[in-house]
Amino acid sequence: MIPRAGKEPAVADRLVTPPDGAPYEAQPRWRHDFPIDAAQDDYVSRRELAKFIVLTSAAFAAGQFWIVLKSVRATLSPPRALRIAAHNEVPVGGAKVFRYPEGSTPRLLVRTGEASYVAYDQQCTHLLCPVVPDVASGRLHCPCHNGWFDLHTGQVLAGPPQRPLPRVVVEVRDDGVYATGVEERTT
Amino acid sequence: MRRPPRVVRAQRLTIVNGILLVVTLIVVLQLWLLTATMNAYLGGDTSIVMPAALASLACFGLNLGLLRYLMRLG
Repeated sequence: MIPRAGKEPAVADRLVTPPDGAPYEAQPRWRHDFPIDAAQDDYVSRRELAKFIVLTSAAFAAGQFWIVLKSVRATLSPPRALRIAAHNEVPVGGAKVFRYPEGSTPRLLVRTGEASYVAYDQQCTHLLCPVVPDVASGRLHCPCHNGWFDLHTGQVLAGPPQRPLPRVVVEVRDDGVYATGVEERTT
Repeated sequence: MRRPPRVVRAQRLTIVNGILLVVTLIVVLQLWLLTATMNAYLGGDTSIVMPAALASLACFGLNLGLLRYLMRLG
């Protein structure tokens, strides 16, 4: 507490700094009853804010390393080849939904010819609606917002999608069609 | 030898505000970095994942240094 004029301030009282820096004697009467350490009052809230922002910074850095961890894990254990369909299971012009790797989002296998297949993620890259193949016109259609993709490349032809469909690498073997990898793409 | 003049309260306040501004800018930069990295990673581009993580770590280190300076200022 700020002492009254003429009195020697106690050690603890001298630690209290008035905002204008004037001597104790010059301080108004009310400040004697409500002593505030102006320096502390100014800095505490700013320091708390700075601590919170630095904590956010730590969270962002941790997020980056989480991505690194996921990336390394994906590199160390790539998905193994998986038989997704037998030859007689999908007619020419037909399609089959499958999951590769197990537990993934739905993928779409389309038979475009006697021995040619293409496979893409079934979810539209706009708002995840399922795309529908139209083999005759060589396109994949997203009916939700009228998005169109090229059946042979997965690239966007028209509509709101900005990115091509992720492509599943397929391999035609004697006993059926196998998925061997997934190609994520931004362009 | 002359002692350096003591930093008065108003000057300290300016320094604190300046540090807060820099720390905030760095955090915004980190947010942008995380968004861009996530976009690239989900698009199959893993080449920038590690450099971006190191850059973000450097930003965090800088922020930590500024916070430490701020704590010692008072």
